[in-house]
Amino acid sequence: MNGSQIVIDALKQEGVETLFGYPGGVVIPIFDALFKEKELNVILNRHEQAAVHGADGYARSTGKVGVALVTSGPGATNAITGIATAKLDSVPIVVISGQVKNGFIGTDGFQEVDMSGMTRTISKHNYLVNDIADLPKAMKEAFHIARTGRPGPVSIDIPVDVLISVLEDYKYPEEVKLPGYKPTIKGNPKQIKKLADTIQAAEKPLFYTGGGIVAAGAEKELLTVVEKTNIPFVTTLMGLGTSDVDHPLFLGMPGMHGRYAANHAMMQCDLLIAVGARFDDRVTGDLSRFAPKATIAHIDIDPAEIGKNIQTEIPVVGDAKHVLKELGKTLKARPANGWCKAVTAWRDETPLSYSQKPNKDLAPQHVIERISELSKDDAIIVTDVGQHQMFAALYYQHKSPRCFLSSGGLGTMGYGLPAAMGASLAYPKRQVIGIIGDGGFQMNIQELATCAINNIPVKAIILNNQYLGMVRQWQDLFWNKRYSKVCLKQTPNCPPNCQGPNPDCPEVYRPDFVKVAEANGVKGLRASNVEELDTVLKEGFAHPGPVVIECIVRKEENVYPMVPGGKPIDEILLGPEKEEA
Amino acid sequence: MKTKHTIRLKVLNTVGVMARITGLISQRGYNIDSIMSTPTEIPEIYSVHLVLTETEDKIEQISKQLNKLVDVVKVTDISHNKNYIVREFIMVKISTSKNRTDLLQLIDLFRAKVLDLATNYVVISLTGSPRKIKRFIEAVQPFGIQELDRSGEFAVLDV
Ligand SMILES: Cc1cc2nc3c(=O)[nH]c(=O)nc-3n(C[C@H](O)[C@H](O)[C@H](O)COP(=O)(O)OP(=O)(O)OC[C@H]3O[C@@H](n4cnc5c(N)ncnc54)[C@H](O)[C@@H]3O)c2cc1C
Ligand SMILES: Cc1ncc(C[n+]2csc(CCOP(=O)(O)OP(=O)(O)O)c2C)c(N)n1
Repeated sequence: MNGSQIVIDALKQEGVETLFGYPGGVVIPIFDALFKEKELNVILNRHEQAAVHGADGYARSTGKVGVALVTSGPGATNAITGIATAKLDSVPIVVISGQVKNGFIGTDGFQEVDMSGMTRTISKHNYLVNDIADLPKAMKEAFHIARTGRPGPVSIDIPVDVLISVLEDYKYPEEVKLPGYKPTIKGNPKQIKKLADTIQAAEKPLFYTGGGIVAAGAEKELLTVVEKTNIPFVTTLMGLGTSDVDHPLFLGMPGMHGRYAANHAMMQCDLLIAVGARFDDRVTGDLSRFAPKATIAHIDIDPAEIGKNIQTEIPVVGDAKHVLKELGKTLKARPANGWCKAVTAWRDETPLSYSQKPNKDLAPQHVIERISELSKDDAIIVTDVGQHQMFAALYYQHKSPRCFLSSGGLGTMGYGLPAAMGASLAYPKRQVIGIIGDGGFQMNIQELATCAINNIPVKAIILNNQYLGMVRQWQDLFWNKRYSKVCLKQTPNCPPNCQGPNPDCPEVYRPDFVKVAEANGVKGLRASNVEELDTVLKEGFAHPGPVVIECIVRKEENVYPMVPGGKPIDEILLGPEKEEA
Repeated sequence: MKTKHTIRLKVLNTVGVMARITGLISQRGYNIDSIMSTPTEIPEIYSVHLVLTETEDKIEQISKQLNKLVDVVKVTDISHNKNYIVREFIMVKISTSKNRTDLLQLIDLFRAKVLDLATNYVVISLTGSPRKIKRFIEAVQPFGIQELDRSGEFAVLDV
């Protein structure tokens, strides 16, 4: 077999069914080996970034390793944003790139970039396979590393001469031998016991759970523990769907745009038990003033996360599923105490609120609520980055894990559409709904063609506020409303110091998203008011193929609750209506 | 409080392993005082000795991050570990124009080795504990050090 055939055989041995790719000079050998391929579904994206986000969406929705294949040089650099996105959110993907031939490496050859150098800090691990004898091992290890322990992206860079040279006695390795890589799965029993004792003694305990619960598939174990002990819990953006939002002990998402009860519970608890969550600054706010009364316990599979941002009294290294199961056995049942009743009451007393007048512009929150109402129970929601992402986090009725895919750590605009495409390819029969801003939609808009041609039935819903809304919100609140370069309608004829919509605003918005959809062979729909919204959502959801649904929403709506950057998370802005009341 | 730490790594002898180690440390904003990478008794394993001046918690975080590198097999902070014998090797070129006899006496006292003795300078080598090396350098400083090269610290487990 030659190197290209080995790559493809390895993919099959790893159970890969779908591959996202884009060809180019040095990877022609791999694409050639795929010429008559029937087992693998090879999707030709329109941009390498989208191919990697596609693999990422596939991976997040299934828990399996997503795979992308790109060429050297510009293909490799285009893949970088996708790899970094997967790294920050711990998503298992393998990205295979071609490289110039061995003898040319280091000569600034045509389309040569140092892929292993570039991916070093944005991948979990990477390979430059100079010798065909190392290729089977590298493939095997890459998949193993991507999916085990704390998941993450692995990059494999293969020079073209390796792809065409032949390995006589090829056999795909059965095992990996990695003396420097041994993730800890089982938690230390002594630490688990200590944690159980501390929980038992705590008056105001709180579970702070995150993406690690989803990665571990530990939602049942978590619910067993919290229900047995009646300890309330909060879930980060990356953990949304861990439980149904209506769970009686669930306080919502904490953090910068977190719920009042979740943030106040974090600040007032006497024991904070983090599980698969990494004390991100979007969650903690001012770290020096975060959870001042709490003993910190932290369960995480990655020892480097423990103590990274906050001093931890009770560390437990291990897989969340395993540790929570053991913890559940050790803990004694306890009834809901005063604390539990108080925090759940805070939650019930502070519902989210917004206004939607029947004949006025659509409120983005209302759009999300209608999507939530009209979508199927097992729908997968994929967001882009910005205000719409936070509205989706707050207002969608999350039900199950792996059903809310969002770029949290890197916050990559352009993620939504291609990731939705990836999820839809993984689950062709399920409803996959993109919730995307008008800015971010234009960052990977070309994938509409990919969806149309392959009949990938993504429902892409654009919340068009005509602004780069999240940045506009910051300018509104913290920069004296100086709306510098956030209006997507602004023309050279506009006053440069415009501070918001006014009667002289240009009439047209470019592009016309409905026409763009249609030009791509995708159904295009638009809603501007409450009535139209329900009509087009129903029509769009009923359509068998891909759809773009543009919702013209209120231009200057802000996301609340909001904690201004650098503040402790109980200093919450609740929005003009709440503050007046 | 920042203190000096010597971290000893056992790593796989793979292409780029040193780039991974140094890249990780600089990416997280720390400076390396010295680094040395050498073969060991096992052909595929190399020893890396790193010296960093940082606070305890930063050192702990760096050690954990280093441990995560797939090619790093073992990480030990040997700074406060009595079980290790730590040595450094230095070569120094010192001016003899000031007080040659005193200098040569000092060199003899420290059991340093004279590698060359020219009319106006002497080249010596010395192996010793970090403390001895520090004291020697302090002692010869007044004579005029013209060139100083150090191996960086390295260690072996003595149990
Ligand atoms: C505009 C914007 C606003 C945002 N606002 C908020 C906000 O208000 N609130 C909020 O929560 N987030 C917010 N985010 C997201 C935020 O930036 C972080 O991405 C997020 O908070 C991190 O989630 P996490 O702590 O669950 O960690 P993740 O990034 O999901 O990391 C998972 C953790 O689990 C561990 N882990 C992995 N597998 C296992 C396993 N098997 N067992 C045990 N542990 C495991 C990992 O080591 C890691 O520590 C926002 C993002 C954007 C773009
Ligand atoms: C690639 C990239 N560039 C810039 C940003 C900074 N940024 C964060 S949110 C945002 C505005 C997004 O606007 P839009 O897509 O219209 O969504 P909205 O906030 O209006 O819902 C920007 C520019 C980013 N996150 N990603």
